[in-house]
Amino acid sequence: MTALAFTGARVVDPATGFDGRATVLVRDRVIAGIGDAAPPSDAEIIDASGLVLAPGLIDAGVFRADPLACHAGGITRVVLMPDQRPPLDDPALVAFAREVGKPDVWVHPLVAATRDLAGQELAEIGLGKAAGAVGIATGREGIANSAVMHRLLAYSRAFDMVVVTHAEDAALVAGAVATEGDYATRFGLAAAPAFAESLAIARDIRLAEATGARLHIRQVTTAEGIALVRAAQERGVHVTAGVTPAHWLLNETAVAGFRSFARLSPPLRCEDDRRAVEAGLADGTISIVTSGHDPRTQEDKRLPFADAMPGMAGAETLLALALSLVRSGAMDLPAALKTMTAAPATLFGLEGGRLTAGAAADLVLFDEGSPWRIDGDRFTGAGNTPFDNLPVQGRVRMTVKGGELVWRG
Amino acid sequence: MQPIPHPAIAAGAHPFPHSHLLGIAGLQPWEMLFLLDEAEQWVDLNRSAAKHDNRLAGLTQINAFFENSTRTLLSFEIAGKRLGADVVNLGVSGSSVKKGETLLDTALTLNAMHPDLIVIRHGSSGAVQLIAEKLDCPVLNAGDGRHEHPTQALLDALTIRRRKGRIAGLTVAICGDILHSRVARSNFQLLGALGAKLRVVAPPTLLPAGVEQLGVEAFTDMDAGLKGADVVMMLRLQTERMDGAYVPSTREYFRFYGLTEARLRHAADDVLVMHPGPMNRGVEIDGRIADDIVRSAVTEQVEMGVAVRMACLDVLTRTRRGVAGWPK
Repeated sequence: MTALAFTGARVVDPATGFDGRATVLVRDRVIAGIGDAAPPSDAEIIDASGLVLAPGLIDAGVFRADPLACHAGGITRVVLMPDQRPPLDDPALVAFAREVGKPDVWVHPLVAATRDLAGQELAEIGLGKAAGAVGIATGREGIANSAVMHRLLAYSRAFDMVVVTHAEDAALVAGAVATEGDYATRFGLAAAPAFAESLAIARDIRLAEATGARLHIRQVTTAEGIALVRAAQERGVHVTAGVTPAHWLLNETAVAGFRSFARLSPPLRCEDDRRAVEAGLADGTISIVTSGHDPRTQEDKRLPFADAMPGMAGAETLLALALSLVRSGAMDLPAALKTMTAAPATLFGLEGGRLTAGAAADLVLFDEGSPWRIDGDRFTGAGNTPFDNLPVQGRVRMTVKGGELVWRG
Repeated sequence: MQPIPHPAIAAGAHPFPHSHLLGIAGLQPWEMLFLLDEAEQWVDLNRSAAKHDNRLAGLTQINAFFENSTRTLLSFEIAGKRLGADVVNLGVSGSSVKKGETLLDTALTLNAMHPDLIVIRHGSSGAVQLIAEKLDCPVLNAGDGRHEHPTQALLDALTIRRRKGRIAGLTVAICGDILHSRVARSNFQLLGALGAKLRVVAPPTLLPAGVEQLGVEAFTDMDAGLKGADVVMMLRLQTERMDGAYVPSTREYFRFYGLTEARLRHAADDVLVMHPGPMNRGVEIDGRIADDIVRSAVTEQVEMGVAVRMACLDVLTRTRRGVAGWPK
């Protein structure tokens, strides 16, 4: 196998803090070295001047592992939610899910917290870990029953597994498709109060604190919720938070005209909450950015707003949307990339997400300034994006997975 | 009496430059008034012996009702027939929707039959707009979820204007299940745009969040909400919402939010009582008030409903009928 030498790029590795011009040499599927040395004569030289070279992105919380969409988005590893058909509540299913993406995209499954994701009986999470699960997840919904959640968090400690939860109070959000407020009222949409999130977060943080478990709230989308997470982190609770681009780029006004692509879970929030998400990313309270990639067919989305399935296709737009945080000044480039590389790698104990010698050669090479317009019709898969027609900057030029060039854009 | 044209129309604005009537939101005040003015002639016709006009002869009107309705469907059917249209009703039970056909496939099927106008009711907010995007003919929203019910608001406004001589400056109290009511939402837009002072009266569980930002004053005490009101509009409370879900019981609701003689004394002496029907006597309204022909306009609302719908059917089909001055 020939060696590849990327020359001239700005190399950013949030895991080590490296940020500078360097040559990256890839040989035998791993990173052979980073530095100023001239590339060896047998290496194929790839001139990456003007581009940024970073670890391949880790998308920590997708509902489907789409190799094409991932490669187009610079994603080389995904953490897969257990909401599959059937749900990943059995070690055999976990083991199967772990292998489906190889070699294109490595899939790191989360084992379902409860059988059939019903929120009642604990699933075999220990066996799930043995089969390759990198964490436990409650699924698209949280666990309504506090006793079950308490036992789950306590039990998870035996295996030192992080519990990924969805923070919405189940009874409050039953039937709701929007956040309560004058917008939902005007459009006649069934709505739940934004504090449905902070209620769930307060409970889960208290249970995590009581049990010493590791809790990751996949999406924190309200000012109150972020404040609770921040306070808990300060007093040493093992809680982390994530978010998808929709909640720092859009607010509830995006549902105008009943655009079902803007039907998300949790629903879009008010402008104050949107700003709080941006601030939470800036100060590190929210440490993980994920696409929440959830492609939906026309049949699931071309429906009246309340009848449409929630979710958005996001793998292809993850990087460009995350770079908006850099341009807005909320974060610098290494910090923004960390939310999609080193931070999820650390949280889930993954090998990738770093550019050190000997690490797997998973790379993304992108042009930070290149402008383009998001067009759902041109996605490699389903095009259900609430960002259709949005002008963005940042284009993936190459995705390298295990030393192989898998995407060129 | 010939109505005086609105200054905007006198200045050259088109009286109704829309291909559909999906809601009151998006209409200009003079467009609302234009529809009310147009409806007046049909009130007169409907009271005459002949009750027939042929202007929609040869046009096909489909009433596609994806949610049960008796009164509104009947009103649209009579309105179409009085104007000479060929009216066909598609009810939920007779549709392919139950066989798993998607809403948009149903819309495309209807469209292929070349209707000239489709009247749609659907249980989901925004559904009528979604269907309208797939149809080549004018669409009239006969109620979508909790969102809008524009002809109900127009008939309410026409009723008020005929009884009171005006809408601007009147205090209108809309009482009952505001949370789930598309009638209330359309009326906020219509009566608000025409200058009425709007109040809503409901138990806190039936008041939607942020309702004040829609230009209405909210009351949870009915006597206070009715104080000095010129118009009291009662809304129907669905029985399934009364057994502990949103209010504890029918009798508790009637005790605090039912319209009774004693409570009505807080309103203006010449108060007008309205109800979009069907009424729950003894739940939201005392039967004696409903039957009081001086104060109650309930049956008149039904009458105005046919006239308003005739006006809408006429106006929405003018382009395809080639009426002079209507956009191609």
